[in-house]
Amino acid sequence: MATTTTATTEAGAADSKRVQFGRARWIWPVIIFLALLPVIGGKTGLISNYGFLQLSLMIVYAIAVLGLILLTGFNGQISLGHGAFFAVGAYVAAVLIDQASWPYWATLPVAAIVCFSVGYVFGLPALRLEGHYLALATFALAVAVPQFLKYRHFEWFTNGVQGINIFKPDPPFGLPLSADQWMYLIVLAVAVLMFWVARNLLDSRSGRALTAIRDHTMAASTMGINVAHYKTVIFGISALYTGVAGALHAIIFEFVSPDSFRFELSIAILVGAVVGGIASLPGAVIGGVFVQVIEKYADALTKKITAAVHLPIDLEPWTIYGIALIVLMYTMPMGIAGGLTLLWRRIKGS
Amino acid sequence: MEQLIQQIASGLANGAIYACLALALVMIFVSTDHINFAQGEMAMFSAYLVWQLLEWGMSFWLALPIVALVSFLIGVSVERVILRPLHDAPILSVVVVFIGLLAIFHSLAGAIWGHTIKAIASPFPNVAFAGSGYIGPHQIGMIAVTILLLAALFAFFRFTPLGLAMRAAAQSPVSARLAGIRVDWMLALGWGLAAAIGAVAGALVAPAVYLEPNMMASILLYGFAGALVGGISSPGGAVAGGFIVGVLENLIAYFGNLLEKTTGVYIVGNGEKLTVALVIVITVLTLKPSGLFGHVTVKRV
Amino acid sequence: MGVLLEAQGLEAYYGQTQALHGVSFSLEQGGITTLLGANGAGKTTTLRAICNMVRTQGTIKLDGEPITGLATEEVVRRGVGHVPEGRGTFVNLSVDENLRAAAYTRSDKAAIQRDREMVYEYFPILKQRLTQQAGTLSGGEQQMLAISRALMLAPRLMLFDEPSFGLAPLIVQEIFRIMRRINAEAKVSMLLVEQNAALALELADHAYVLETGRVVMSGKASEVKSDESIRKSYLGY
Repeated sequence: MATTTTATTEAGAADSKRVQFGRARWIWPVIIFLALLPVIGGKTGLISNYGFLQLSLMIVYAIAVLGLILLTGFNGQISLGHGAFFAVGAYVAAVLIDQASWPYWATLPVAAIVCFSVGYVFGLPALRLEGHYLALATFALAVAVPQFLKYRHFEWFTNGVQGINIFKPDPPFGLPLSADQWMYLIVLAVAVLMFWVARNLLDSRSGRALTAIRDHTMAASTMGINVAHYKTVIFGISALYTGVAGALHAIIFEFVSPDSFRFELSIAILVGAVVGGIASLPGAVIGGVFVQVIEKYADALTKKITAAVHLPIDLEPWTIYGIALIVLMYTMPMGIAGGLTLLWRRIKGS
Repeated sequence: MEQLIQQIASGLANGAIYACLALALVMIFVSTDHINFAQGEMAMFSAYLVWQLLEWGMSFWLALPIVALVSFLIGVSVERVILRPLHDAPILSVVVVFIGLLAIFHSLAGAIWGHTIKAIASPFPNVAFAGSGYIGPHQIGMIAVTILLLAALFAFFRFTPLGLAMRAAAQSPVSARLAGIRVDWMLALGWGLAAAIGAVAGALVAPAVYLEPNMMASILLYGFAGALVGGISSPGGAVAGGFIVGVLENLIAYFGNLLEKTTGVYIVGNGEKLTVALVIVITVLTLKPSGLFGHVTVKRV
Repeated sequence: MGVLLEAQGLEAYYGQTQALHGVSFSLEQGGITTLLGANGAGKTTTLRAICNMVRTQGTIKLDGEPITGLATEEVVRRGVGHVPEGRGTFVNLSVDENLRAAAYTRSDKAAIQRDREMVYEYFPILKQRLTQQAGTLSGGEQQMLAISRALMLAPRLMLFDEPSFGLAPLIVQEIFRIMRRINAEAKVSMLLVEQNAALALELADHAYVLETGRVVMSGKASEVKSDESIRKSYLGY
């Protein structure tokens, strides 16, 4: 009993909201400010190396979430398994650096190509799946990833359960930056590039084809849109984005192992997308920040809540996570970005 | 040869659990068109409830029906309170809510009972009998209880008015309303039953794999595979699918090990069972989404 | 005899589209009233509005009690048997199961059995097909089953939506004959929506004609039948 309702019929309405944030003129000043942070923050000691590491991770997750929303928010294909692509990108980078002594920056294009291919290949059978069935297939993918990475025949390059250790690079040309600050700039540059490409893709005719497919597949195909082509390619692009994020993560984090990529990672990326705003580029940024902040502060937050409510048990972060998810679906299905846009409209309207 | 029979027998025992989970999944899918991604975690939570009652001195065979009833009530509540209002929401929202439920049940179990592995003693007497070499008492128990449960459910749906009303409501909610059937409550009951079935599955499997919050994650995947192989719109098919997947995964691992022993070539073995399940899921979804016994629904434009 | 069903100012919506623009009518106890009109006039929508199967505004009273806003199954439980467009059969259940499901809300076993016998008397073919899957029945048999399902509710009021649709003329005549019998013998009031106006006017005592969601005329069936101008303007014959 397959349902054919599209995954995010509300996201269709969000497209008009996109206009509000998408081309705001304040984006470039903000980017320049962010780029200057190592100078401003680093020199004054306001932001420690650890701080830059945190910022880098937020941006990395933003890219990962962006990959997911391109597929799910803008094209309506639900994925519960994006952690798999993150893992592939991470391992490509780690293996090339560790085994083949490649420079870190060269691993990014390779990770991009490999992940695109994997995504595209997965997108082929996904053509026949919709809604729950696709969610199910990607769920299966996410659950199987760690075991898949531990496969005996891959061990000669994956190093099996022990994982791979790598080192993040020193800044080139003797620049007066720490390794963390340098990687922060790299990550920022990659993110700006990838978001810019995504923006242009979505604004183009292809972008409109993607959302047309999301909103009414049958009508889109009768209008001459090659639905199969778009769906598989966007799967590849989506995997590419999340894979590059994985590669960057491996470089920053300096370690990969099969158990770093359990099912929880896929969930985290999905949650970031949903919380940020499933069909919103700024939402991806919010989502990325959210994922990293949650990872870091979930424990502390949970302890505070447990104490405040005087619970007899040690609440775990994922319980709050789960409750937050459900509440969010009731109150703000378009995520924080959607909620902010509504607020913005209301203010503008009055 | 002896090992092969052992593998098949143990495959049937595992299959019994997968069959229960597959049935629970299909029941919810047929009536609500949703896949309960939280099914595994709910079953695990129920298994912990059984453990708790055992800790308090209750016997297994008293604890099981009590927990099944409690799980039934939990299932009904989840459907009425959390899912019903999202009736017309886009699929993604519903999927996210299921993930939220998954997170809640998983972490609550960890929060209440901790993450250290617990043992539940098998409720089946450890006696030797003909065929002991091939299959253990707990495994026979798993198969026997599952078959009894399934028979009871079959009778319920076939012969009782309520079972008939539930079937009618699942098949055709509009027509059921025109017969005066309170379809919303039928859905809630379906959820309750699915939760109860999951509870039995969880309680049965816990003595075999040791109780810990991650217990059901991979078992759920096998349950999905079973439901898909059998046909996600067919309860009988799902049960058959569960048993098939159970035997199949063992056979594949067995022949993989055999291959390695005889030729030194290793393709798959015990460590690849999840991947095999994944491959099954993808293959079935791609080639024959309606499974062996399900039926295809025609999409209406 | 009093008024069994009364509707005032019914408005009904499919999503944002308004299909009924203030329809009012009434039905006497024990009577047969027919709703006539062209395709898209709102006849089926009216029946659906009574059972709250579409978003409805306005008042509907069943035997003096308001039923607007009640869930479909609650309206049915008050004695309204709706025989819908498309029969509404449970195609994967057997004929027997279809009848049992229809009697789900009743508890008086003896009365249920008596009604079963009544159904077999009207439609003997159903007794022969008890174990057959309902989806494999012919069109006429499915219509008989649909009517029987409504009868098994022991209704006070039956709503018929295009009972002649897609059926051979001989079968249609048979069904209409039985509808007359049901009205006379079981004392069930009927609201009949029919494309085939001639047939409907033979059976009914009262008629309403709808056009684009409004009642454009009403009167005794015999009068409507004999008024040539009405027939030509609204009913096409």
